[in-house]
Amino acid sequence: MRIPILKLKDYLLVSIQVELDDQTVLTFQEDLLNKIKDTGAKGVVIDLTSVDMIDSFIAKVLGDVIVMTSLMGTKAVLTGIQPAVAITLIELGITMENVHTALDLEQGISILSQLLEG
Amino acid sequence: MTEPIIININNEFDIVLARQKGREVSKDLQFGGVDQARITTAISELARNIYLYAGSGQITIEVLEENGRKGIQISASDNGPGINDIRMVLQDGFSTSGGLGAGLPGVKRLMDSFDIDSMPGAGTKITIAKWAR
Repeated sequence: MRIPILKLKDYLLVSIQVELDDQTVLTFQEDLLNKIKDTGAKGVVIDLTSVDMIDSFIAKVLGDVIVMTSLMGTKAVLTGIQPAVAITLIELGITMENVHTALDLEQGISILSQLLEG
Repeated sequence: MTEPIIININNEFDIVLARQKGREVSKDLQFGGVDQARITTAISELARNIYLYAGSGQITIEVLEENGRKGIQISASDNGPGINDIRMVLQDGFSTSGGLGAGLPGVKRLMDSFDIDSMPGAGTKITIAKWAR
C-alpha cells in the first residue's frame, strides 16, 4: 500500500487515510524524500486527521521523516492530530519535540508560508 | 461468555490485525474514543515486542465481566528469550531495541492493570486490562 503524495505549487500535501502498517509507513518515508528531491518542494504538510492510532513505531518514523525533510532543506508540518492520539502519545511517553504542528491542513499551510518567509 | 480471540503474531501485518481486533472488541464494549485508542495502542506495542524480541507469539483478547462491569483483557505471550531483569524493563526510558518501542512503562500507563511473568529462556507473558467506565 502506498500513501499518495500530492504537489500543490511549492508544497507537498499528504493525507494519511489508511491503517498504517510498518512497511507502509517506511515506504512513505522514502517516497516523500524522493518526491521532495524530484519536485524541489519547499514545504510539506502531513495531515493525520483520519489517523485514529499512533504507536511508538509510527511516531518514531513520522518524527524521523520530519527531521529528514529538514536535512534536505524543506520544512514540514504535522496537522490534524486527534485528541485521542495526542493523549495516548503523551501517556506512552512520546513527546514529538521540534516538530511543527497545526490544528488542520489550512493552518498547516499558513504556518509553512510563515516559516518559509520568516 | 464470549470466546477469546487469539491472533498469532508472526509478521508486522499481524500487528495491524491484532490492533484491529482490539478496536472491534473495545467498540463492542462501548469504550470511549480515547480508551479505544489507548487499548489499540497498547496492543500494538505488545504485539511489536513479540515480533521484535521473540519473533513469534500470541495475542489473546478476552472480555471481562465482574460485578456488572465489563472490561477487556489482553495477554501477549511468547516463547522468546524472556526478560532478565523485569524491574529494569519497567523503568521509563529503558530500551534494548534502540528506541523502537516506547517500552512497557508506557503500556502500563495506558491500561488499568498490568502483569508480567517472564523467566530468562522461558518466554514472556504480559497481561493487561482496562475496565469500561
